[in-house]
Amino acid sequence: MTTPAHHFEDLGQQREAAALGMWVFLVTEILFFGGLFAAFAFYRSTHYDAFARAANLLDWRVGAGNTAVLITSSLMMALAVRAARLGRRRDLQLFLAATSLLGALFVAVKFWEYAHKAAEHLVPGFDFAVEGPWAQETRLFLGFYFVMTGVHALHMVIGICVLVTLWEMARRGVFSPERHALVENAGLYWHFVDIVWIFLFPMLYLMGAH
Amino acid sequence: MNRPDDYLNADYSVSSWLLTTDHKRIAILYLLSITLFFFVGGAAAVLFRLELMTPPGDLVGPETYNKLFTMHGVVMVFLFLIPSIPAVLGNFLLPMMIGARDLAFPKLNLLSWYLFILGSAVATTAILMGGLDTGWTFYTPYSTMFAHTNVVTGVLGVFIVGFSSILTGLNFIVTTHKMRAPGLTWFRLPLFVWALYATSLIQVLATPVLGITLLLLVAERGLGIGIFDPAIGGDPLLFQHLFWFYSHPAVYIMILPGMGVVSEIITCFSRKRIFGYPFIAFSSLAIAALGFLVWGHHMFVSGQSAYAGMVFSILSFLVAIPSAIKVFNWTATLYRGSISWQTPMLYALGFIGLFTLGGMTGLVLATLAVDIHVHDTYFVVAHFHYIMVGGMVMAYLGGIHFWWPKMTGKLYSEWWGRVSAAVIFIGFNLTFFPQFVLGYLGMPRRYHAYPDEFQVLNVLSTAGASILGAGYLLPFVYLLLSLKYGRDAGRNPWQATGLEWRTPSPPPTENFARVPEVREEAYAYGAEEAP
Ligand SMILES: [Cu+2]
Repeated sequence: MTTPAHHFEDLGQQREAAALGMWVFLVTEILFFGGLFAAFAFYRSTHYDAFARAANLLDWRVGAGNTAVLITSSLMMALAVRAARLGRRRDLQLFLAATSLLGALFVAVKFWEYAHKAAEHLVPGFDFAVEGPWAQETRLFLGFYFVMTGVHALHMVIGICVLVTLWEMARRGVFSPERHALVENAGLYWHFVDIVWIFLFPMLYLMGAH
Repeated sequence: MNRPDDYLNADYSVSSWLLTTDHKRIAILYLLSITLFFFVGGAAAVLFRLELMTPPGDLVGPETYNKLFTMHGVVMVFLFLIPSIPAVLGNFLLPMMIGARDLAFPKLNLLSWYLFILGSAVATTAILMGGLDTGWTFYTPYSTMFAHTNVVTGVLGVFIVGFSSILTGLNFIVTTHKMRAPGLTWFRLPLFVWALYATSLIQVLATPVLGITLLLLVAERGLGIGIFDPAIGGDPLLFQHLFWFYSHPAVYIMILPGMGVVSEIITCFSRKRIFGYPFIAFSSLAIAALGFLVWGHHMFVSGQSAYAGMVFSILSFLVAIPSAIKVFNWTATLYRGSISWQTPMLYALGFIGLFTLGGMTGLVLATLAVDIHVHDTYFVVAHFHYIMVGGMVMAYLGGIHFWWPKMTGKLYSEWWGRVSAAVIFIGFNLTFFPQFVLGYLGMPRRYHAYPDEFQVLNVLSTAGASILGAGYLLPFVYLLLSLKYGRDAGRNPWQATGLEWRTPSPPPTENFARVPEVREEAYAYGAEEAP
């Protein structure tokens, strides 16, 4: 497993290509979320008061708890990458498992929040029963909330699937200190998804908290 | 006769094509798919050009007409033009031009073709289910509140095709950075590679924004989460901003690769080193960069602030500088070159003329006050067809003719090639030049009926379209015939420089028996005559 693929000259070239490819992919992800953030920023400025009030419909304590879960998972991911570099297979499996379990916990809490919103009739397009002068802007805010956190949660689910696959590969002993670009790249992806949440949390949950 | 092993006869099974990771075979897969869509999009154009022969709406009703021009736009832009040169010629040539055995990520390359097929299948489903009528721009609220057509399906198809485009761009960027042969420094790269690199940057940076915009559109229509809905405080204009943030740069996805092809052809058939290599290389990057700052010129009459309009107007003028640099350098390359008039050269010269006219009329449109007069008229239609058809399609066909001997190992009929270039040039101008006049006289685009006084020019345009259509069928026929009856091309029929000409035609699967080492700059034409 330590020969390069046929079209590469050596393993170094292959590793560099994989890393650059991942960074370019993350740039596309930044632009993808960037469009969403730009749209939100625009409405946040035009409907500031309404959005600040609507933000209070979200429970910042749940969001903060989830932020802690996600940051811990990123720590586990960093440790997994280190284990892969050092060739410690048992540690690698352990940390990959920890990362994906924490990720799953985050997604579970997210869906619990969604269920809670549904029970309070706060889901635009399906079951929305807010009355009063800010009703329409509240609907707009919650629309953003569901789209932004939904797209983020989708990225989490994809990440968890990748980590589970890597865990299985690690169990079979696929990775070695020379050959673990997949773990490195999964790490970059996981940290990226984490950072997106670091921006989403204050933007959505803390906007009304002052 | 017996040919040595090449990429075409390495394996004849169907699965060896559908599961190939060879960039050359994937290029052929793309070539076949986009040729199909070119004729599908063309068929829609034939229908509405026929409708426009007479002033009243007699052939098709207004709804069908709307669906036809939407189908034409969506198919031609997303399923033909955007993949055309990058995914066919770029895929085939980039690794060979830089002395590599394949792209950096061959499996990803195959995946991007499958995403293209999946996305185009979804878009085709939308058309078969009755089509959509929003125009290729999917403007809200046409696409949200007022559309009763298959917007969600169509938009999802385009969304998926977008990922195929992103993956191609990503692959090209990494390949250009990491896979170059020893000695092949950045300033020894062929200018086609520079153009592809600039294109890839746009694909990677702009397409995701289209992705999220279309996703928001689907959320609004499919889930009722209104983000562009004015009834709940949303702003339909935001859609236009996000859409053009992608789609103006996308216009450069549809022209930069063509400029790269023209640079290769002009220098080869002038037998002269290209004039001003670094200027052409950097002007590609400048066009890519400026392209991200001009989207507002599509919204001069949409209620955008007047100050924003002025800034967007000035920035749009700036794009003319790198574009003109290219045209001047090509012209200077021709000056005192020993020019020969082979088919690819005719297409390339056609490109320069038509692109120049298309670019100049772009300046007319970028001028705020004039734009208010010609906005949403046939002037705009003529302008962007001069760029996209007169520019990109001419360059694409020029490139296909230039590298056809390399791709297939066969020479096509040179006489028919020249005829096709001439017929297409004449047909194109007859189709679209009258539309400049029509637009200036005030005929709005996107209507199936029009006042009587516009008929003469419309008949001219339709007549031109039929010549143009015949012109496009010609290469389709004689290129196919060349596969059976063409003479063997040999390694380098044009005596061109460039690494791709150093391997046999068609090339072996591995491209090069040994990875070449590069010792000189690109385009060492006429070096033997130098004192
Ligand atoms: Cu534009």
